[in-house]
Amino acid sequence: MSDLTQHSAAELAEVIATGQASAVEVAQAHLDRIAAVDDRVKAFLHVDAEGALRAAAAVDARRAAGHELGPLAGVPLAMKDVVVTEGVPTTAGSKILEGWVPPYDATVSRRVKDAGIVMLGKTNMDEFAMGSSTENSAYGPTHNPWDLSRVPGGSGGGSAAAVAAFEAPLGIGTDTGGSIRQPAAVTGTVGAKPTYGGVSRYGLIALASSLDQAGPCARSVLDAALLHEAIGGHDECDSTSIAQPVPPVVAAAREGARGDLRGTRVGVVRELGGEGYQPGVLAAFENAVSTLKDLGAEIVEVSCPHFDYALAAYYLILPSECSSNLARFDSVRYGLRVGDDGVHSLEDVMSLTREAGFGAEVKRRIIIGTYALSSGYYDAYYGQAQKVRTLISRDFTAAFEQADVLVSPSSPFVAFGIGERIDDPMAMYVNDLCTLPASLAGTPGISVPAGLSEGLPVGLQIMSPALADERGYRVAAAFEAATERLTPPAEVLA
Amino acid sequence: MPDDTNQNISRADVAHLARLARLAVTDEELDVFAGQLDVILGAVARVGEVAAADIPPTSHAVPMTNVFRRDELRPCLPRDAVLAGAPAVEDDKFRVPRILAEET
Amino acid sequence: MTVTYEEVIARYEPVIGLETHVELGTVSKMFCGCSTEFGAPPNTQTCPVCLGLPGAMPVANAAAIESTIKIGLALNCSIAQWCRFARKNYFYPDMPKNYQISQYDEPLCFEGYLDIDLNGQTYRIGIERVHLEEDTGKNTHVGTSGRIHGADYSLVDFNRAGIPLVEIVTKPVPGTGALAPEVARAYVTELRNILRTLEVSDVRMEQGSLRCDVNTSLNPVGADEWGKRTETKNVNSLRSVERAVRSEMLRQAELLDAGDKIMQETRHFSETTGDTRPGRSKEEATDYRYFPEPDLVPIAPDLDWVAQLKAELPELPAARRARIREMLGVSAEDMQQLTNAGVVDLVGATVDAGAPVGEARNWWMGYLAQEANKREVDAADLGVTPEHVARIVALVDEGTLSVALGRQVVDVIVESGGSAADVDAIVAERGLQLTSDTDALGTAADEAIAAQPDIAAKVRDGKVNAVGPLIGAVRRAVPTADAATVRTILLEKLGVS
Repeated sequence: MSDLTQHSAAELAEVIATGQASAVEVAQAHLDRIAAVDDRVKAFLHVDAEGALRAAAAVDARRAAGHELGPLAGVPLAMKDVVVTEGVPTTAGSKILEGWVPPYDATVSRRVKDAGIVMLGKTNMDEFAMGSSTENSAYGPTHNPWDLSRVPGGSGGGSAAAVAAFEAPLGIGTDTGGSIRQPAAVTGTVGAKPTYGGVSRYGLIALASSLDQAGPCARSVLDAALLHEAIGGHDECDSTSIAQPVPPVVAAAREGARGDLRGTRVGVVRELGGEGYQPGVLAAFENAVSTLKDLGAEIVEVSCPHFDYALAAYYLILPSECSSNLARFDSVRYGLRVGDDGVHSLEDVMSLTREAGFGAEVKRRIIIGTYALSSGYYDAYYGQAQKVRTLISRDFTAAFEQADVLVSPSSPFVAFGIGERIDDPMAMYVNDLCTLPASLAGTPGISVPAGLSEGLPVGLQIMSPALADERGYRVAAAFEAATERLTPPAEVLA
Repeated sequence: MPDDTNQNISRADVAHLARLARLAVTDEELDVFAGQLDVILGAVARVGEVAAADIPPTSHAVPMTNVFRRDELRPCLPRDAVLAGAPAVEDDKFRVPRILAEET
Repeated sequence: MTVTYEEVIARYEPVIGLETHVELGTVSKMFCGCSTEFGAPPNTQTCPVCLGLPGAMPVANAAAIESTIKIGLALNCSIAQWCRFARKNYFYPDMPKNYQISQYDEPLCFEGYLDIDLNGQTYRIGIERVHLEEDTGKNTHVGTSGRIHGADYSLVDFNRAGIPLVEIVTKPVPGTGALAPEVARAYVTELRNILRTLEVSDVRMEQGSLRCDVNTSLNPVGADEWGKRTETKNVNSLRSVERAVRSEMLRQAELLDAGDKIMQETRHFSETTGDTRPGRSKEEATDYRYFPEPDLVPIAPDLDWVAQLKAELPELPAARRARIREMLGVSAEDMQQLTNAGVVDLVGATVDAGAPVGEARNWWMGYLAQEANKREVDAADLGVTPEHVARIVALVDEGTLSVALGRQVVDVIVESGGSAADVDAIVAERGLQLTSDTDALGTAADEAIAAQPDIAAKVRDGKVNAVGPLIGAVRRAVPTADAATVRTILLEKLGVS
């Protein structure tokens, strides 16, 4: 068997189902790869080798017993550490949860297990998913497999880097403002944010509840679709979960791979480009649009004027909700406790714990959110931001009358150097300019590799209407079939 | 920070917000945050430019109503699991330092 | 106190307001499937949701929504066509998420009223809102004082966290004058009756399933503006509601008389001293930073469903009282007596359970009222139910019990705190049924006559009323003997029947 880590998830499932390799061998090959390269990539916060081999052995036993295996049975996966996993440490990249071993599984974790997918471990992320570079992790940054001196994007830089570095064929990410799509773009991988409510949020450590969405990371559109179908669908533990079947994304990915986009109207969003975008990114994007046209798509230009306000609305809604969501980290029931010396009061201990346990970006956002929700400011900030959400949704609705999907760069920039933007919050925030509108509208988006700029990957974002995730997968698969596959330079991790 | 008067948010504001949010921020952080938050709030205040009174706010991106569960029992967590992650436990309860403020 | 209540009333107009919290009697909690049962070992009725573990999410209990709408309908409220839960953000160790899922500017029910009758007058109490939220856990303070002040540390039990809690808020109630404390009490009493009738809560104030905060303010007679109000918490019985208002009125009047200002503050009622003390003032003004709960979708009650719930409401206490008055055929004055004794519903329910009107009235206005008075509780809280009384009346009627034995049955029920609940079982276990063993009675009668020959002689001579001591002796020998039967036997034996 050739190097098992080089296969796609779909291929690995086939390899295991046909007995060319066991699930244990597949898991071990990926654990070996992690052991070989993760000291440099630092994608994983926790590797659960024992659990992975046990899960893989269970798949092999099922196969030996003659049971039919699911479409991803035995395929390894990297889980973002914001997803709660029973019995496996979960920190959300924060010191305040260091050592916490959850007594329950997120619905996503449960579905991953039920599908026979083998979780290798938990991946690094910006603390509580606040960031666009994974530098805000309390456990140190993850490095981009394309250039170890650069960031892998964020917040889900760990899962994206693990997938890009062949440490796992699949990853789970969560996307609040772009945390799946933007890391996918800058690591040359595929990442999809489903329609809000398409994948259960139960057991995702909440950042901004009205925006958070879990989704797949992979090296191919089909792999992402397979994982999307495995984790998606209604969950009665999440009140905001949509009570409808998962959109047929796998079928769409297979159909798209035939490379025919005739009859598909692709809208280029005027507001997501131009000033502030790196020229190399814009050039790659223009190439991508020509490719889509070559595949038969009809290209139209659409205008979404309120997208210009997405960043402002997002950086009010997110801090507001996170200030409330993160209040539970108070040293009473779990996690860190600081200053309990018999002298300090509970109030002091709570404040000292939160001060010591949260990083700067988390504290910054909690304070902004506390401000934006205060009486007297609510209407001007949170209330207004929610109206902007309505306007952005209306822009989408109008645009989707002219086009079946909308496209833009996935991020204005390629991967930047570690440390370059960490002291300038606003410079960091603009990384998500392209991904924020879909987050605010709850609509799906997928990022697919679209060539290089300065030797670094650029992503093409394809946005679809709510509940029509399959459109993006179809277009992404067609585009993928027509472009050269991107692989990080071998010498980086040699 | 030469002049506090034209700011959205002052050092004292940050201190007050940090207290509300139970963050024992340092003096150094107060300085840094006050400056950064002022820039950020200046940028996000733009939301006020566009949204007119007749625009309904969106609190839930996907419109749904009446999602309920039936009034039925589900298994609770075993108590050992409940208390396992706690910083301090006594008599099967979570132990906390003395509380200053009364219940609201 | 240097000021008398009469002086307060002469100079000030009291305005009261009440916020009542009711724990609903659902099987499971508001947002998760944990049991709501009272008294379980600490932290055994918890799960990721009600512990506020990272990632856990709430799903609303349909029965709690339904109960809240029923309460709103019974209080003549409008039911929201669309409303949302909101997060109320504040840190407290008994609150797992450090926000409470509650409702803010979109309550499920709003703009209602409740009429209460007091001394022949009707007071209409405006209901501002009825909304649904979740309860908190419970803190125990450890240290010499056993209270929050001076405690060394505290222990938290989250079994109660997440139990559905309905908050019923009145509008300010002016115009009650000297009766303000009694109006407050009558309101809570009537509200409790309604909740009991709706079967949405066990409304046990002593277990905290019904809790009251009482707002009181005074304004000088003739003034346009209302005075600053105080909010008194920890009011855990009907009697305390009345006492809390009265003591606040006296305290505030004294301050105002001295030219001092009333602080808008939270105070705590002490059952032992009967007055209120200030809560510890907070570091900063409370700012709950409410915003719509993003983890729950809006509630939009279907109009047909609401109409159906309205049609299915049981007969409410006021209607029941009107019907009972008609049924009892009593005068308004009599009715007021029954009302003052707090037994109208009890008498009515006893009649509904099969007892004749006169008997029902006699029991509740007589022996049971005395017992309640003796124990300083309301007749309704004795543990004796209308069904108990109806059964006792029936047993007396069929000759199984005497009235005296019936009272003994009542005593047993009261002593057990209501846990001994089956009248027939009590009668059987305690051997309280009247004896029908005429041989035993005859023997006892012979012994009594033999023991007291002088009295026996008097009776034989025709002084029939002198037989009393003989009856007493027989009944001491046979405690379940019926006095009338014993008398007949004795007179027969003495040849004067």
